[in-house]
Amino acid sequence: MSIAAKANALWEYANPRKFLATSERVMPFFWVTSITCIVVGLVWGFFFTPDDFRQGSTVKIIYLHVPAALMAINCWLMMLATSLVWLVRRHHVSALAARAAAPVGVVMTLIALITGAIWGQPMWGTWWEWDPRLTSFLILFLFYLGYIALWEAIEDSDTAADLTSVLCLVGSVFALLSRYAVNFWNQGLHQGASVMRAAAVTGADTEEKVSNVYFFPLLVCIIGFVFLFIALVLYRTGTEIRARRIKALLARERVSG
Amino acid sequence: MIALLLRDLKLALRAGGGFGLGLAFFLIVTVLVPFSVGPQSSLLSTIAPGVLWLGALLACLLSLDRLLALDWEDGSLDLLATAPLPLETVVTVKALAHWLTTGLPLVLAAPFLGVLLNLPVPGFLWLVVSLLLGTPAMSVIGTFGAALTVGLKRGGLLLSLLVLPLYVPTLIFGAEVARRGATGMETQTPLLMLAGITAATVALLPFASAAVLRINLR
Repeated sequence: MSIAAKANALWEYANPRKFLATSERVMPFFWVTSITCIVVGLVWGFFFTPDDFRQGSTVKIIYLHVPAALMAINCWLMMLATSLVWLVRRHHVSALAARAAAPVGVVMTLIALITGAIWGQPMWGTWWEWDPRLTSFLILFLFYLGYIALWEAIEDSDTAADLTSVLCLVGSVFALLSRYAVNFWNQGLHQGASVMRAAAVTGADTEEKVSNVYFFPLLVCIIGFVFLFIALVLYRTGTEIRARRIKALLARERVSG
Repeated sequence: MIALLLRDLKLALRAGGGFGLGLAFFLIVTVLVPFSVGPQSSLLSTIAPGVLWLGALLACLLSLDRLLALDWEDGSLDLLATAPLPLETVVTVKALAHWLTTGLPLVLAAPFLGVLLNLPVPGFLWLVVSLLLGTPAMSVIGTFGAALTVGLKRGGLLLSLLVLPLYVPTLIFGAEVARRGATGMETQTPLLMLAGITAATVALLPFASAAVLRINLR
């Protein structure tokens, strides 16, 4: 299949009926994969990896912290993409998917913040530090809250979809800007990106990245979280579509009856 | 354009449009700070630039919900939207009027409030410069927020929730300029960043505000 044909095939899912049918077919697979991966990753990580020689057993919170943080950011990126699709091509499923993803994203952000605080307490001796990474996550959390609040506040669903999409676009620019502003404002305690290093691709175990012992269970956990996120968003989007249908049916009933 | 600007200015000055309210709020916040943190002048002079920036930002935020809401209520916003003037120009003029009636007075008042907080002498110049550069960005970003929430019944709190995260970069660089200026460090980098943010928001954000306003007026 050529790329153009593939792209066309993607747009077929803009049809809610097709979207629902397909998502229902693939969702069990996603649920099973995600739960298996998370259980395997967590059990492997918690019970079958050695304690870190400096951090002791507290290092094991990495299996929740890193995947949640990763999904928190990727969820915003997904919302950005679906908002753009809505603004350009006006597919309702796209706007509803953005709406469905936001609460998932805010929970992921919260998990990352809370596990980070629990991890930071024994390691840095403080629950909270105005470190750039921590601060930008807090700002991301505020952006999520504003986005969700705007969805909730507007009654007309098309207007709400339009306004939140524009907010998502503008917010993304400002969130990125805040990330760099915060970097400038305070140098941090948090270690740099250490999961996805060049060595991670080649499999070599180097100083600059997370040790392979921790890396493989972590990878399993990340895969689990990715599938969990996809399954949750598909599920919630389906709910949104059905809620929209019920509303339309009720409105039709009121008019005819 | 000029007629619209003059109209907005007149409304703000005459109709109790909150011209003095923002200033009074700024004054009260500044007066309350020593009550809450204690009157030691050394402490006050360290936190003065940040407090003044935060006070100006909150005063600016407070006046935002009147920016478009009054015109929305009496229907003049619909007239403006159907006027031959592009909506982008309308929101820019609105933001300019907001800056002239809220931002500029705050900038002028800030040095006097700086005296109250024992701001170090070299800080005065940088405080005024940073506020002068930063407040236009606050007005333009605020106009975007006001355009987003214009049709809502209880838009005020939501407006703050939407606008405050957008203010973060402006606040960081602006307060950094004032803080560095007060302690005699070099201010060029944050000053340039602040100027960049202001220039970019003034140039680009009116398009987003106008788009949002069109959606709301549909």
